[in-house]
Amino acid sequence: MEQNAESRRMLADSEVQPPREEKPLRVLPPSKKPKKKWFSRGLIYTGLIVLTIVCFIPFLMMLVNATRTNGEIMSGFSLIPGSALVDNYAILSDYINIWTGFKNSLIVAVLVTLLSGYFSAMTAFGFAFYNFKGKNVMFIFMLVMMMVPGQLGLIGFYEISKTLGILDSFIPLIIPSIASPFVVFFIRQYTQATLHVSMIEAARIDGASELRIFHTIALPMMMPAVATMSIFTFIGSWNNYLMPLVLLFSPEKYTLPVLMGFLKGSQVAENLGALYLGIAISVVPIMIAFLFLSKYIVSSISAGAVKE
Amino acid sequence: MKKLDRYGYAFIAPFWVVFLTFSIYPVFLTLYYSFTNYTGSQGEEVVGFANYARLLTDTYFIEAFVNTIKIWGINFVLQIGLALALALLFSDLRLKLKGLAFFRSFFYLPNLITISSVALLFGILLDWQHGSLNMMLLKLGIISDPINWLSQPVTAQLSVSLILTWMWFGHSFIIVMAGVSGISQDFFEAAHIDGANRWQMFTNVTVPLLKPILLYIMITSLIGGLQLFDLPLLLTDGIGAPDGSLNTMVLYLYNQAFKYNNYGYAAAVAYGLFLITLVFSAIVFKGMFRKERAAQKGA
Repeated sequence: MEQNAESRRMLADSEVQPPREEKPLRVLPPSKKPKKKWFSRGLIYTGLIVLTIVCFIPFLMMLVNATRTNGEIMSGFSLIPGSALVDNYAILSDYINIWTGFKNSLIVAVLVTLLSGYFSAMTAFGFAFYNFKGKNVMFIFMLVMMMVPGQLGLIGFYEISKTLGILDSFIPLIIPSIASPFVVFFIRQYTQATLHVSMIEAARIDGASELRIFHTIALPMMMPAVATMSIFTFIGSWNNYLMPLVLLFSPEKYTLPVLMGFLKGSQVAENLGALYLGIAISVVPIMIAFLFLSKYIVSSISAGAVKE
Repeated sequence: MKKLDRYGYAFIAPFWVVFLTFSIYPVFLTLYYSFTNYTGSQGEEVVGFANYARLLTDTYFIEAFVNTIKIWGINFVLQIGLALALALLFSDLRLKLKGLAFFRSFFYLPNLITISSVALLFGILLDWQHGSLNMMLLKLGIISDPINWLSQPVTAQLSVSLILTWMWFGHSFIIVMAGVSGISQDFFEAAHIDGANRWQMFTNVTVPLLKPILLYIMITSLIGGLQLFDLPLLLTDGIGAPDGSLNTMVLYLYNQAFKYNNYGYAAAVAYGLFLITLVFSAIVFKGMFRKERAAQKGA
């Protein structure tokens, strides 16, 4: 009896999976088990690979077609690259400078991310560690306004930009990110769990000013939450289409998404190879960045949703 | 200490200056314009509820509303179905599937790409004569004649729905997966001892415990879906071709304001859209909670 239990435990130890997770296997009907499992697993993997191909094939077609001539693309489908990459690039850059769009998008997205991160942390700090009059009312008002979709104020936003004389500039794309209610909300929730009032008070006794306390103690401790939100802020700004479309008029100021829309109506669209190349240039850097950041992005999405 | 609390105002001041200027004020300014006949130049007249009266009988707006719901609805059913099915497979302990991180990355990839690039890409991939999709399907023998995807209302709407599914199912899958992995194994073991099979476990354990997460996905997807704009604008002529089937609410708003300069009416469209969003969100919330109460009574 004793030995039996011992050997059973050793058996369990040799399994890769902990015995607890193995339990369901034992309760399965013993007949037809192994064969069916292999079959169904194979089927599932095939399905998953098909789905992966479906996810990727539009990009693959894009990359292949970016290297083929207009005639080749029109005459048939192929997954073998052509040799017209350089020609396509020459045609594309005759009409537009796609790298300007890139640079514009990058400037806007980086500044938006920095401002949103810094000022949201600052606002969250103010809400979390001071007891001033009207604090709760303001916080609730902010949360209510968070639910309002951006399109609601679009026309008023356009008008106030016109009044302030900042149309056709990056200012109305960048400055509003100082007020990002959801980021404030997220950082405040995070802060309340991690940053204790006693740390702030200790710094005060040591004679640090309030602003210094924020910069040297609070901000570094808020960084994980700020970083999580920054990923979203950056992607959101990078992909934003409606706002720059409405606010920017000069092609040299266009961000990448607006430039893409512009490309569709331009003469480049007559040469499919060049058009595919233009799209590819807008897509590939994001793909490369994703290769390195996918782990963080995935955990950010989960953190944003699962946190109650 | 009381004195120090005044610093709180200083810390939240920049936020509020910008928030009031660029978020709150525009919302009220838009509300004001929705009661005027403003067309972009000074000297607008207040016209009362005329814009809203027009909105209720505007067949284009109603059509845009129906289109938006249809396109979003098909996409959502497919997207959430796919996400749940994948989460079910990957969380199944008996299958012990490998490569979660790999598949997840690929499934999520389309979501990261600038939507105007996606629209442009599918615009030429779906092209009737020269599009790579038709050429591939012809070559594989799946179809015998090229399908004119973007010039028939049904296939055009279906195309947009499928592109949205393609873009978003990976995102939903990640969230559902995060929810599933948060469920304690004890629930599944208890269900197993009670003799539940895989499907019963899914419907009676996984889905009820995922309800808050599913609610989150549904609300965010609904709010995003009601604002559908980029794809319809860039896939066809920008005003809803073919046959108005890709005319969505925000596209209509955009065209009314920035193409036809009907700012006053466009402002009313914006508020109409906002009310619709509120009503739909309330319905989703209520539906979820009613089911919960019924379940509690039954148990």
